[in-house]
Amino acid sequence: MIGSILRRLLELVPTILVIVLASFALVRLAPGSPFSSEKEIPPEVRRQLDAKYGFDKPLPVQFLRYLGNLARGDLGLSTKYPQRTVNEIIAAGFPVTLTLAAVALVWSLLVGITAGIIGAVRQNTVWDHAAMAAALVGISIPSFVLGPLLVLVVSLRWHLLPPAGWGDWRHVILPGLTLGTIYAASIARLTRGGMLEVVRSDFIRTARAKGLSERLVIWRHMLKGGLLPVVSYLGPAIASMLTGSVVVEKIFNVPGIGPYFVDAAFNRDYFLVMGIVLLYAFFLLVMNLVVDITYSLLDPRIESS
Amino acid sequence: MSDTTTEPSPTGDAAEAVLTIRDLRTFFQTDGHVVKAVDGVSFSVRRGETLGVVGESGSGKSVACLSALRLVPSPPAFHPSGEIRFQGRDLLRLPEQEIEALRGNRLAMIFQDPMTSLNPYLRVARQLTEVLEVHRGATPAAARQEAIAMLERVGIPDAGRRIDQYPHQFSGGMRQRVMIAMALLCQPEVLLADEPTTALDVTVQAQILELIAELQASLGTAVVLVTHDLGVVAGTADRVVVMYAGRIVEEGPTGELFADPQHPYTRGLLASMPRIDTPPTGHLEAIAGLPPDLGHLPTGCAFHPRCPLASDRCRREEPPVVAVSAEHRAACFEAEAGG
Repeated sequence: MIGSILRRLLELVPTILVIVLASFALVRLAPGSPFSSEKEIPPEVRRQLDAKYGFDKPLPVQFLRYLGNLARGDLGLSTKYPQRTVNEIIAAGFPVTLTLAAVALVWSLLVGITAGIIGAVRQNTVWDHAAMAAALVGISIPSFVLGPLLVLVVSLRWHLLPPAGWGDWRHVILPGLTLGTIYAASIARLTRGGMLEVVRSDFIRTARAKGLSERLVIWRHMLKGGLLPVVSYLGPAIASMLTGSVVVEKIFNVPGIGPYFVDAAFNRDYFLVMGIVLLYAFFLLVMNLVVDITYSLLDPRIESS
Repeated sequence: MSDTTTEPSPTGDAAEAVLTIRDLRTFFQTDGHVVKAVDGVSFSVRRGETLGVVGESGSGKSVACLSALRLVPSPPAFHPSGEIRFQGRDLLRLPEQEIEALRGNRLAMIFQDPMTSLNPYLRVARQLTEVLEVHRGATPAAARQEAIAMLERVGIPDAGRRIDQYPHQFSGGMRQRVMIAMALLCQPEVLLADEPTTALDVTVQAQILELIAELQASLGTAVVLVTHDLGVVAGTADRVVVMYAGRIVEEGPTGELFADPQHPYTRGLLASMPRIDTPPTGHLEAIAGLPPDLGHLPTGCAFHPRCPLASDRCRREEPPVVAVSAEHRAACFEAEAGG
């Protein structure tokens, strides 16, 4: 088991190299440069800047240098924020995003799985329809609508939680709920679908024929198989939660890494764009690995080869 | 409701019956019309006896068994009507909790496909011990010991190790043995076996039937053996019930029914069995036509469109049940009353 996990981790290296190459090429193909602005920069200043970031070298040399730095864990300098490295920017924002992601994840699992189970077990009843209608609303409502609505009611009307900013636990709740609700809705639908696959299966009939209570039938016999689709969805979902939500972090003025995703691309902040893309790619790959491992733990028929 | 003494049965022949089903009706609601899967079925089974329930697919034999344990999902089924007497109580009118306490405990069931009837996500140990934990309040350690002993009893070698494996690590025959072990853990009064050998190789079929017979003899369990295979019935059942389109068309002691079948459907079933003791005629006998659509049953006798003896009367009237002998009955105008 441990050996196969190590091998899978090693197999990630070539994938990451391809992602580095592709993102490098794409960033450089985009028109403009980090220093193109409305105000003309004097040529000598421009030359100095190019030299500082190594943009005066041929592209293949720049790429190899980037790879070399990457191997040492150095993601380079930001061009937009000259006094900060990409590592520093990510290190400052990531814990914030992580906290937000944790709250969103717990909320989405709690609500999503509960609603999904109710929907499946009480299929085609009022409960099912209510849960699935709520899920539909949850999927459809954009976070830039849900977020301000929550602020309006919870912060401005009830004065329960601060409307924005970052500091203590009270600041995490609203952005966490906003971010988690979108995922909760998808998880609810996937749970219901997965559970319905299992509900009618022969082994559930066997479990009932054994005289198990409905509660045991659901928790012991249905859930493991029924949650498999949710597990495969959670991999990419957690990866994207971990890299932050541009919209949610902007609405609630949360100092995470989400907004950099967009801002860095606008600013042609080459190294910052690549740093965040690589971070996301890394989480995605690792989470998919975790999903595969979880799968083999949940379903004994899948060998972890 | 805690009355567990066996109430004397009003009918003489069911005096020692463990399970008596009277006028059972299980209807399904599908696409706007009602499908009468089981329509007025009555039979009983005695302690230590094997009752064969025979019929084609869709004759209602499986649904009848599932109804006895109230395992037919509702919806789409309506709550079954009629009466199912067991230990002086009517199973159809028990509260959910009380029927749960009987299922897998006093009345157990095994199913056709051992590949899909065991939970693929749980170890065999878990699936066995939970029966003892739920019904007897056994401790995990005691339940495990008993489960291993039961696996050995049903002929699983190296049971102490194999109990920790998952169902996919067992062959089809071994899985059915696990199912049987699971069903018999609490030594039930009644075992409902729904096509227990259909999905298995012929050689394994014989072993499984032998195993059921063996355990039945030592535990005194009454077995209701549902099958479409008359060969299985001939070898194991004491009495046979033949079902067609949700009704019983003929019933009687196995020997008598095989020697002197009264209903044309029973005769058709027997004739369509290839026999080893008569020279092959070059073609296999079959009953003409197809089983009826239970949502649109023909008038009169449901079998008349396929019956070689059908008359106008059969198309108009439902045939009465004729007593051929003391224990042998057939629902056909052509049946010869006797006894």
